[in-house]
Amino acid sequence: MKSMEASRLTEEGEVKRFVDKLLQASPAAQTEVMVTEWDSALTRFANNGIHQNVAERDVSVRVRVVKDGKTGVASINQMNESAAADVLKRAIAIADLQSKGEVVPMPGPAKSRPVEAWSDTTAAATPEERADFVEAICAKAKRAGLKAFGAFSTGAEQFAIANSLGVYHHHRSTEATINSVVMGEAGSGYADRGAINVQDLDKDEIADEVIDKAQRNQNAQPIDPGVYEVVLEEYAVAEMLEFMSFTGFSALAVEEDRSFMRLGERITGEGVTIWDDGLDASGLPAPFDFEGVPKQRVDLIKKGVATGVVYDMMTASQEGRHSTGHGLPAPNTEGPFAVNLFMQPGSVAKPDLVSGIKRGIWVTRFWYVRIVHPKLSIITGMTRDGTFLIENGRVTRPVKDLRFTQSMLEALGGTLAAGKTTKLQIGEFIGASRVPALHLKAFTFTS
Amino acid sequence: MKDLAEAALNAAQVKGAGYADVRLDEHVQQDIIVKNGQLAAVSDDASEGFGVRVLVDGAWGFAGSARLDKHEVEEVVDRAIRIARASARVRSAPVDLGPPVTSRGRYRTPLERDPFSVPLAEKVDLLLRADAAMGAVKGVSIREGSMEFLRQRKVFASTEGAFIEQELYEAGAGIEATATSPDEVQNRSYPNSFGRHQGSGGYEYVTAMQLDRHGQRIGEEAVALLTAPQCPSGVKTLILDASQTALQIHESCGHPTELDRVFGMEAAYAGTSFMTPEKLNHLQYGSPQVTITADALTPTGLGTFGWDDEGVPAQQSFLIKEGLFVGYLTSRETASVLGQQSNGTMRADGWNRIPLIRMTNVNLQPGDSSLEQMIAETKDGVYMETNRSWSIDDKRLNFQFGTQLAYEIVDGKRGRLLRNATYAGITPEFWNSCDAVAGRSEWKVWGLANCGKGQPPQTAHVAHGAAPARFQHVKVGILK
Repeated sequence: MKSMEASRLTEEGEVKRFVDKLLQASPAAQTEVMVTEWDSALTRFANNGIHQNVAERDVSVRVRVVKDGKTGVASINQMNESAAADVLKRAIAIADLQSKGEVVPMPGPAKSRPVEAWSDTTAAATPEERADFVEAICAKAKRAGLKAFGAFSTGAEQFAIANSLGVYHHHRSTEATINSVVMGEAGSGYADRGAINVQDLDKDEIADEVIDKAQRNQNAQPIDPGVYEVVLEEYAVAEMLEFMSFTGFSALAVEEDRSFMRLGERITGEGVTIWDDGLDASGLPAPFDFEGVPKQRVDLIKKGVATGVVYDMMTASQEGRHSTGHGLPAPNTEGPFAVNLFMQPGSVAKPDLVSGIKRGIWVTRFWYVRIVHPKLSIITGMTRDGTFLIENGRVTRPVKDLRFTQSMLEALGGTLAAGKTTKLQIGEFIGASRVPALHLKAFTFTS
Repeated sequence: MKDLAEAALNAAQVKGAGYADVRLDEHVQQDIIVKNGQLAAVSDDASEGFGVRVLVDGAWGFAGSARLDKHEVEEVVDRAIRIARASARVRSAPVDLGPPVTSRGRYRTPLERDPFSVPLAEKVDLLLRADAAMGAVKGVSIREGSMEFLRQRKVFASTEGAFIEQELYEAGAGIEATATSPDEVQNRSYPNSFGRHQGSGGYEYVTAMQLDRHGQRIGEEAVALLTAPQCPSGVKTLILDASQTALQIHESCGHPTELDRVFGMEAAYAGTSFMTPEKLNHLQYGSPQVTITADALTPTGLGTFGWDDEGVPAQQSFLIKEGLFVGYLTSRETASVLGQQSNGTMRADGWNRIPLIRMTNVNLQPGDSSLEQMIAETKDGVYMETNRSWSIDDKRLNFQFGTQLAYEIVDGKRGRLLRNATYAGITPEFWNSCDAVAGRSEWKVWGLANCGKGQPPQTAHVAHGAAPARFQHVKVGILK
């Protein structure tokens, strides 16, 4: 039975032959082919039982051609000879129909450093294994008189990119993620984990965390909104970092004068150091970007000073520099994107972050965060699944969820301490962050 | 297509499924972006595949694949059955779908001009003219315009005998001007934000927008906003334009009336709902001015179709009637829990996803006022237009929205332009404070093509019929 459920990705040799053939068939001056193939499954649970359980196998073949200074992009989700002919024909037709425009340059060949991101165990995970994992969480919640909700996913993916200038890169990866909300009659808790190897996910550990949080977060009482000292758990810190990346860490955002990054200037607290590193195996590594450029580490904020932004081929060529390997798939008008973020940890054990706080708020996670003002880095959102009052250095009682409206740079400007451990937080759509919990001096809750 | 569907259903039944359905789906999408006077992107994407959903021992399994051949159908059915058996080991109550659904028929989106037959040059020319109009305004630093066209051909078949073929078309477009200063970024977009305004229909939907006639205005507004005073803080009368009213309906009525949320099926991701079953027919959700329907028959709506992805016919139902909460958006599985029948809101965003309860066209019925009259009757208020930011809690109660543009209203007259306008509230308090809705002539269907839900994530295209509306005693100006 196991072999049927094992991930069924096409052999790399076959992918390469398909890509080479497509490049050879192209009449365009320059051609790029990107193949992404995945086989993934997700088991979803609610009220202590599985209620949705799905699997899919799909592929995307994306072709970019540049012909007489004109660009065309087309994609198809089949990897065979007729699909190759069809997608190439459509890309050429789009290019032919245009007038000359700005061309995003394609990179030449450059070696990328291989990074291991594959686990046979994850690739071969079965529905029974996913059900067993989920059952363990549900059973523990039930014994505690609570209800568990969540999703457990496992998947395998391969990504190949090649162009007519000689670039060919291939990378394969696996990912396993579990998230869970556990609810009682009057409150809830949350926990999640992500890993390359599904065996690194400990069902008892995550069940204990989410159940403990739910038990402590019952019968929360309202508290007046206002400015509070806070401890943000890693879930909340990672979300804040992702929004910083989204609004500010790209060269295009700086060029278009909509970023909060003022390079060379101190923009936030001295204790804050943030970088992007797609090659760090403790994140969710990928050796090259969606334009086929090897990834480089970029220091974004160093001791509170804005030190760098990420580049793709377009922004790099406009500024006469090299891409840092942060390009997105063509056609892309959004600019480059930092997706492998890291924040420097501190020296304080996470539970000790509350010591010294006379009156403050402990935040488990944020919810529905949106940008209110990109240049001032102001976001709004709610707290969720575990918001607690801190009094005289101790977490004392749960409080009702609060809405915050807060400048991220100002909040990080008041970083008083960072946890000495970090957590890998896998993004909802792309990338991952590795961050510590933080103790911040001031955070504005507006309702 | 029909052969593959029958093969999948036969295989599922032979292998032990008590119920099975199959969806075959072919999806084509064209996107065009013009930025700062240049054609920045044209892409043409195609996807096809099939998904098989089975019930075994009262539990669900689903598998999908892009490979459309009979061998793959066998494998995918095996996979779905095996997944369902694993689900059954950890299920709660067995799934009850209620009465069988045996719909048969064909539906095609009514349209005048197939967007895929319109030459690319014609589309690009319209965007470039709108771009030039924005570019003529001094101080506009970024101009962007886009179009998107979709065609989806899908077949639905079930072991209960349903067999449906649908061909759905969407067309959308929009423009945006951005102006910046050392401390500010201000955007104005037309007809809506989120990149574009979209509806079901053909290219005529785009030409009706007259993008080129609005470029200069939004450019001037973006520049003027840089130096406009900040929206003041306080409790005031709030008047929303129709597009912001549409988003308010989406977040604070559409989502909380999804019955799967109410039952906790989205609890770990999108959240739950404050509109729990004991409140049905009891909760005074809004004022008597507030009547909201779910209507999959609304012309040009993104939630308009012939049948949903469980084969249930498109229909209209009431969610809020003169302020009273009277109905949910339902599926076969969730409706049967309440002893009801599905009102046809199950949609998947592709062959590789299961259908979920999604808004169709959730419409605020027009009232008898007008924007002009609402302003004239207001002593101290703010008018807000076009969404800029949106956030609401996981039960859909505590919300905060920001808009691109606002005007103060003083003694019945429109006053100064205001920037960075925001407002916040609690859902039932807010809708109970609604004392006027504009009439049919200002009512319009607004498409939202970015509604996220589910794990793995799905994006639904939904719509909201809305007109300008007025609300009393609202907290405005959260940013100081």
